Amino acid sequence: MPRTSRKSSEAEFRSTTQEDLKRHDAGLLLGLYRDMVRTRALDNRIEALYKQGKLVAGCYSSRGQEGLSVGSTAALRKDDVIGPMIRNLGSMLRHGIPMTMVLRNYLGRANGPTKGRDGSSHFGSLEHNVIAPISMLASLIPVMCGVALSFQMRKEDRVALTWIGDGGSNVGDFHEGLNFAGVLKLPFVLILENNQYAYSTPIEYQTAAKDFACRAQGYGIPSAKVEGNDTLAVYEVTREAVERARGGAGPTLIEARTMRMRGHAIHDDAKYVPQEMFDEWEKKDPIATFAERLRKAKILDDKVAKRIDVEVKEELEQQTEDALAQPPADPAHEIDEVYAP
Amino acid sequence: MSEITYLEAIREGMREEMLRDGNVFCIGEDIGTYGGAFRVTAGFLQEFGRPRILDTPLSESAILGASVGAAIMGLRPVAEMQFADFVANGFNMLVNFAAKAHYRWGAKVPMVVRLPSGGGTRGGPFHATNPEAWFARVPGLKVVVPATVRDAKGLIKSAIRDDNPVLYFEHKYLYRRLKDTLEGEVLTPIGKARVAREGLHVSLVTYGSMVYHGMNVAEELAREGVEVEVIDLRSLVPLDEEAILESVRKTSRVVVCHEDTKTGGFGGEIAARIAEKAFEHLDAPVRRVAAKDTPVPHAPQLEDAFAPQPADIKRAILETVAY
Repeated sequence: MPRTSRKSSEAEFRSTTQEDLKRHDAGLLLGLYRDMVRTRALDNRIEALYKQGKLVAGCYSSRGQEGLSVGSTAALRKDDVIGPMIRNLGSMLRHGIPMTMVLRNYLGRANGPTKGRDGSSHFGSLEHNVIAPISMLASLIPVMCGVALSFQMRKEDRVALTWIGDGGSNVGDFHEGLNFAGVLKLPFVLILENNQYAYSTPIEYQTAAKDFACRAQGYGIPSAKVEGNDTLAVYEVTREAVERARGGAGPTLIEARTMRMRGHAIHDDAKYVPQEMFDEWEKKDPIATFAERLRKAKILDDKVAKRIDVEVKEELEQQTEDALAQPPADPAHEIDEVYAP
Repeated sequence: MSEITYLEAIREGMREEMLRDGNVFCIGEDIGTYGGAFRVTAGFLQEFGRPRILDTPLSESAILGASVGAAIMGLRPVAEMQFADFVANGFNMLVNFAAKAHYRWGAKVPMVVRLPSGGGTRGGPFHATNPEAWFARVPGLKVVVPATVRDAKGLIKSAIRDDNPVLYFEHKYLYRRLKDTLEGEVLTPIGKARVAREGLHVSLVTYGSMVYHGMNVAEELAREGVEVEVIDLRSLVPLDEEAILESVRKTSRVVVCHEDTKTGGFGGEIAARIAEKAFEHLDAPVRRVAAKDTPVPHAPQLEDAFAPQPADIKRAILETVAY
């Protein structure tokens, strides 16, 4: 399928330089790097377990979008609430969800977060300030507005943040939610991850608008555009939006440009994506590019990189072992807990 | 103690819960300054102020979605749909988000959706439907349908205190027609039917506005020597199955009646449960009295032809008794 060019000028998408890197604490930068590595490691492990026949049904890779998830979530406090979507595995890990929780859910274990009642990373945990998504895209936007409304009503200085895709942004709830948030000046941040494809549908079949950020104008709220694979830029832009929300100035729509590097789910070979697009975006891989920048800035070297790799591998092995050791979902409890007592 | 209407009972119940629990708030279109399309929340904005009385943009899905989010965070929203018909615009939030949250990940969603429903007011295809059956089949939602002043108050209070999403169907025809005097704390348990009238010859299992019409028919028939037992279900989910079966075992004859259309209406579920669990007690087939399978028409002649009338209930009862 020919890709029509409908690019906004490159300069409109914020990115960061090596100079910008220096403004940040090395601990923060290494933390971002480490959480991206963790995300990809878990993503790869999920794929491997699928290929070994140990987990069934859909696996949704967030490969290539780790920086967006980790960078945006890093801009939050732990008591802020997120509503991650299916490709925000990195957000869940960054906000404190242990790997075993994700794996237990993928594996349908009796003591996973949904006890086998839902799969993949489709779960929430109030203990971790994570709201579970549903499969109907954009539904999370009004719901997260409700979370933000609870903060506003209780006069808590907390923020609600969620994500949406280029495809999902065409559902009515996107419009109702952002309009609602604008009217009430809710402490809410919405990050639109334009990863170029919604399943097989490219963005030019999703909207005639020149970009997605321009929609914010229709709701009277500010917007920003950022290079989604520039993890530090995502962090900075999100942080500004979060601070604005926390300060009572209302919601922000952030458009982040990125690329879905796998199919919609594991069954999908994504043959409809031109190979040149994959090649072009592979060069912008958020982990490789960030590592290179950290090395240039002498924040990361072989020794530190090796240590992080070893630690992440240890964590992954231990957490996988834990998840696999859990009992399968119990049919005796299939009918339980439909209602709260 | 002065008499209050069904509508005032809803208002009183909400107000008491707002005063009792600071987590309760009202959200909807025109509920603040205007006091709601039917004035159920009249005076609330003056008493409780914004944001506890929250006028919203015209966005049913956002109203219900925001209610879900606020409820997950521990608030207790009472969302008003201006007319029950409009809940179709927010269907997904109820059947996919609210209904499945507790089962999926243990999140409580203590929210109430108020749905002014039903006909007799010449509202036509978009202001007079009874959409309770859309939701009664969705595991995770509770559905209540008050038919009296007492239950209008008792059920809204119980719904607000419930930790689950509760759909509260308030009937517009009853709003100002029913009056009663209530004293003390009124709480109606959800999931408990009421024997509105005792009788020996036939059971009329019904709810909502049809309790009002059914009681009138029962009185008329009593003068003709037929004793009708009227069961007011009050709540469809959870359903008080035992109350239905007990009455069937007593009278052996049943008419099921609702104002909603017949096919796929909740009456089918009631008839099926009776067939499954009390077949050997029956002396006559279960009859259903319901609206015709058409949209709700506007003109009085058409709406009366559409909706079940007292004469239809009477005929079904007499046929069942004579079987």
